[in-house]
Amino acid sequence: MPPIIIASALVKQYPGVRAVDGIDLSIPKGICFGLLGPNGAGKTTTIEMLEGIHQPTSGTVLYKGEPLGVRYREEVGIQFQHTALQEFLTVRETLEFFERLYHKTLPISEVIELCSLADILDRDTRKLSGGQRQRLLLSLALINDPDLIFLDEPTTGLDPQARRNFWDLIKLVKSRNKTIVLTTHYMEEAYALCDEIAIMDKGRIVSQGTPAQLLAEHFGDVVLQIPGEDAGSKLMEMNIGAVPAGDLFELKTNQLHHTLQQLIANGINLDRLRIRAWTLEDLFINVTGKAGQP
Amino acid sequence: MKKFLAVLHARNMEFLRDRSALVWNLAMPFMLVFGLAFTFSGGNKDIYKIGIVGGIERLTQAAPKLTSTQHIQFIAYSDLEAAINKVKHHQMDMLIEVDAAPKYWVNTSSPNGYLLERIIWGSGAEKFERQAVEGAEIRYVDWFLPGILGMNMMFACLFGVGFVIVRYRKNGFLKRLKATPLGAFQFLFAQLVSRLLLIMVITTIVYSGCNLFIEFNMQGSYWTLLMVTTLGAMSMISIGLLIAAHTASEELAGGMLNIVTWPMMLLSGAWFSLEGAQPWVQNIAQLFPLTHMVSATRAIMNEGATLAQVMPDVWVLTLISAIFLAIGAFVFKWE
Repeated sequence: MPPIIIASALVKQYPGVRAVDGIDLSIPKGICFGLLGPNGAGKTTTIEMLEGIHQPTSGTVLYKGEPLGVRYREEVGIQFQHTALQEFLTVRETLEFFERLYHKTLPISEVIELCSLADILDRDTRKLSGGQRQRLLLSLALINDPDLIFLDEPTTGLDPQARRNFWDLIKLVKSRNKTIVLTTHYMEEAYALCDEIAIMDKGRIVSQGTPAQLLAEHFGDVVLQIPGEDAGSKLMEMNIGAVPAGDLFELKTNQLHHTLQQLIANGINLDRLRIRAWTLEDLFINVTGKAGQP
Repeated sequence: MKKFLAVLHARNMEFLRDRSALVWNLAMPFMLVFGLAFTFSGGNKDIYKIGIVGGIERLTQAAPKLTSTQHIQFIAYSDLEAAINKVKHHQMDMLIEVDAAPKYWVNTSSPNGYLLERIIWGSGAEKFERQAVEGAEIRYVDWFLPGILGMNMMFACLFGVGFVIVRYRKNGFLKRLKATPLGAFQFLFAQLVSRLLLIMVITTIVYSGCNLFIEFNMQGSYWTLLMVTTLGAMSMISIGLLIAAHTASEELAGGMLNIVTWPMMLLSGAWFSLEGAQPWVQNIAQLFPLTHMVSATRAIMNEGATLAQVMPDVWVLTLISAIFLAIGAFVFKWE
């Protein structure tokens, strides 16, 4: 797929702080691209330069091969991390208000159905729950039928159920061949939604690829988890690198078959053995040295 | 046009549905007009006002005892005709022109004028040629109504627009609009028109409501009055837009709005006439849109001034509106 948006040598310098330090990105059309990183890594600054909200100190952003202009405003949809709406308007009136700001729009009925807003159409936007509000904000980002959609931490603050409902919604949007750029703190969210991710730290991209590629690249081994009730002493005697982790012992290996044979030979009961795959959470900690959100 | 109308409609809905603000916007001017009408219904003033054309020094030479008399305020005028009009409307008790043949004007139906004629006897001024004029009194309520409504419009325009835009910027609503194809000028112009429509409707309701009970003096044309008040409101909204064009701090915006509104409130002639004030104060007052709006509306209502007669004020208000709106749109920041 050709890239829909390309950023080259993007820098944002604030007095005393280089928030973004020479980022290059090329996002293919039709994928969900995740931008991950700890607080202060420069995710929001980067995404807001891509959105055209902030001008980069240096570097360029090209949308469909052209600098950002009026056409870009018509063709992108944006859901900011923090935003407010015109007060004293209902959900329907808010949709109608934003619809009038664009030349090309989706029928409001389609957006209402897509984002499941039918039950709250006549509700004052100040009286929406967190999940309802995020659905409305997403619907506003979709109302101009954008080719490229930016979602900046769209599920922060939502309860687990509302978050999973929102994921389903994003998958639905993605299935319409839309390109999504998503920032998130939640590793499981990135894993569930993103085709490609970039992990940022201190204004730079420290790792980029598909989730599977990155996990394979950073973790060539697996973790064996063995209950420690009676195996603990035997494992320590074997001196094969097992470490206690709560009630368990964890053992990393890149030769699974050989290690299992060793354990059986030493009479360790493997009935309750678990093999844990590495997650993006592990990757995140590995490349940034910081823990992500649970 | 579609975008402009969308913003206009949304802002109007927000204003009309904010019941507490709407009630306050309506109730405040009613309370002020009625409160002041009752407070000053007697119209008693314990000082006599004498206008002087030709200079106080020449009057002192001609009638030294008069200028040393206490409780008389002497106000210098250069325009004889305007000063005679004030005597006709009981806004001044006597007018003296000191030239080769000094004269004085007094309203035959004014009790103060009658008493002043008695006071000037023996002061030297009794030798001046007496000119009698006639005319109905302009009540104090008729004099202060344009001031009080103008001042209320000033607060509603400046704070109503200034604070709203700063709040939009602070809570991120402007940033959300920046992500759409809406232009800064479209947004600002919609804010201006929305506030203008609402403030004109509210002022009309307040004027008509008070008029049912007080029956204001209206000598001129309602169309001219509407034009002047519309331009006056536009000019003050434009100032509010300029103040709100850049800042995201409600405290800073509040401070700047106060810096603009307080001098206007005190020096624009809304509460009291600046006729006796220092020339530099009067010159500063000419910079304020409220001064021009109040002065023009008073002239229309109390003296029946035509559009041509208030044209200088109309031009100033138009100029202020255009300049401040253009600068506001130029320096406007969404964030």
